[in-house]
Amino acid sequence: MPEIRNYTLNFGPQHPAAHGVLRLVLEMDGEVIQRADPHVGLLHRATEKLAESKPYNQSIPYMDRLDYVSMMCNEHGYVLALERMLGIEPPERAQYIRVMFDEITRILNHLMWLGTHALDVGAMTMFLYCFREREDLMDMYEAVSGARMHASYYRPGGVYRDLPERMPQYGTTRYRGAAGMKRMNENRNGSLLDYIADFADRFPGYIDEYETLLTDNRIWKQRTVGIGVVSPERALQLGFTGPMLRGSGFAWDLRKKQPYEVYDKMVFDIPVGVNGDCYDRYLVRMEEMRQSNRIIRQCIEWLRKNPGPVMLEDHKLAPPKREEMKGDMEALIHHFKLFTEGYTLPAGEAYAAVEHPKGEFGVYLVSDGANKPYRLKIRAPGFAHLAAMHEMSQGHMLADVVAIIGTMDIVFGEIDR
Amino acid sequence: MSQYYTRLAERIRERYGDRISNAVVSNGELTVTIDKGCIQSIGESFRDDAEFAFEQLIDLCGVDYSDYGNGAWEGPRFAVVYHLLSITNNHRLRLKIFVDGEPPVVDSVTNLWASANWFEREAFDLFGILFDGHPDLRRILTDYGFIGHPFRKDFPLIGQVEMRYDPEQARVVYQPVSIDARVNQPRVIRDDHRYIANQPAKDMPKEK
Repeated sequence: MPEIRNYTLNFGPQHPAAHGVLRLVLEMDGEVIQRADPHVGLLHRATEKLAESKPYNQSIPYMDRLDYVSMMCNEHGYVLALERMLGIEPPERAQYIRVMFDEITRILNHLMWLGTHALDVGAMTMFLYCFREREDLMDMYEAVSGARMHASYYRPGGVYRDLPERMPQYGTTRYRGAAGMKRMNENRNGSLLDYIADFADRFPGYIDEYETLLTDNRIWKQRTVGIGVVSPERALQLGFTGPMLRGSGFAWDLRKKQPYEVYDKMVFDIPVGVNGDCYDRYLVRMEEMRQSNRIIRQCIEWLRKNPGPVMLEDHKLAPPKREEMKGDMEALIHHFKLFTEGYTLPAGEAYAAVEHPKGEFGVYLVSDGANKPYRLKIRAPGFAHLAAMHEMSQGHMLADVVAIIGTMDIVFGEIDR
Repeated sequence: MSQYYTRLAERIRERYGDRISNAVVSNGELTVTIDKGCIQSIGESFRDDAEFAFEQLIDLCGVDYSDYGNGAWEGPRFAVVYHLLSITNNHRLRLKIFVDGEPPVVDSVTNLWASANWFEREAFDLFGILFDGHPDLRRILTDYGFIGHPFRKDFPLIGQVEMRYDPEQARVVYQPVSIDARVNQPRVIRDDHRYIANQPAKDMPKEK
């Protein structure tokens, strides 16, 4: 009787369902997973070490590049840590703008997750629909910061600039006449807030469309119900946060439990799963998109009524206006100092956490009083989730590994940092 | 929030007495420094006592203090920092262990919190801190066959080796780095702390 041995399968690092550069070494018994060993680090860029060599403000763009589908939430975590150390609080309007863009980012992230997760499981159409809406959201990013993805918009003390009064419009091209241009610019005739409000009106209908395609879809349910079940106790042990923890039945959301910015003034609900499987986490995230849309509406309403500053006036932290610099020596000195040496933080340490679309995104900052961080540690939610890969996939089939990777909402920018 | 943590710090001091080197509240956060031998016992009671109930280890990281304050640091070189979170009581705590020696060795907490597994691998990879009792202490973020611990302060930012394709050998080869280290903006420590909300400057431990 020959001995039957397990064989080892190498999944990735270049695999369309690996969501980036995940190398997964799978030990298989037939088609059943015995052991899953993720090899990460192929996208390691030493962000934390790089940040140690730069003045504080110059590291904000690095934060965008961590989880590159939820850019502004990463910035938010970093900026909050800086603000906590400095003991400052941004103006209220800036806080509302931050909350609004955090929620836009959450939708942006969840759409990316939904599209790719469904694509992995076999629903091609979802991908196309989700990317259609992402386009609108990235236009909002572009209008406010000039960049579609890597915005670098949040600053300690507020946000870089106020929301624009005019939404950028499409122009005519050789292929698109005046009529086509008019149609494309229909919702771009007002300010950015009008554009976002228009999106917020349309979006619940889109979510209904997605749900029609997936929620009661037999194939979708066969692929997700009962797959990757995590019990509440294990979810805590494994350090799960965000939708992964809520999917297992904890109503834990930092926006509610440890509110930052103006989340305590917002009305929204926390969706909670029951079974802790892929399907529950799918439902949780779908409901989160609806709740985000609700928060966005509340922010729009407030922002319309309350104009005001979006950045602190303190020129030790925020650059002075261009006009001031033309005539005022002091302003020129402040500008020069801020953009070369930066500002110093008091010695000490702080940990600031935000409810990132993927979970708890934390930034631990140690300062020795210099103009650069002494140590910056980024707590990426995906890192803890991927660590549970073995536990979640053991005993499942190979095809379920793909569904589990999808449900974890993995992005390698943040896992490898 | 700060008052809540001051009371919690009181409780922890009462409860554990000598086993805790200090418990400080700054920036509205509680930092508890303990001896490296106590991590197992204190960690377990932090997790299981209803009063603390820190069910989650949110983060674990290493810190290399050798260059702190431009060399003014006198304590042990490394620290391992644990961030704990209690879902039941909705509070957080930062646990700190200072450790010296080459290699620095700390007891693993994987038996208390399963999430410590990868975090400890990361701290080992980047700082060379060994975790006694870890089931599978391999490198995690750096390359296969990497030499050194890149987040130590004596490891250059530009690294030691670079990689290129060698057409003669028809494979990828490593060679010493060809770029020069460059500092665009010097690091300066200034006493310009007008923004201090509460005084965090004096709480850095200098014992041992």
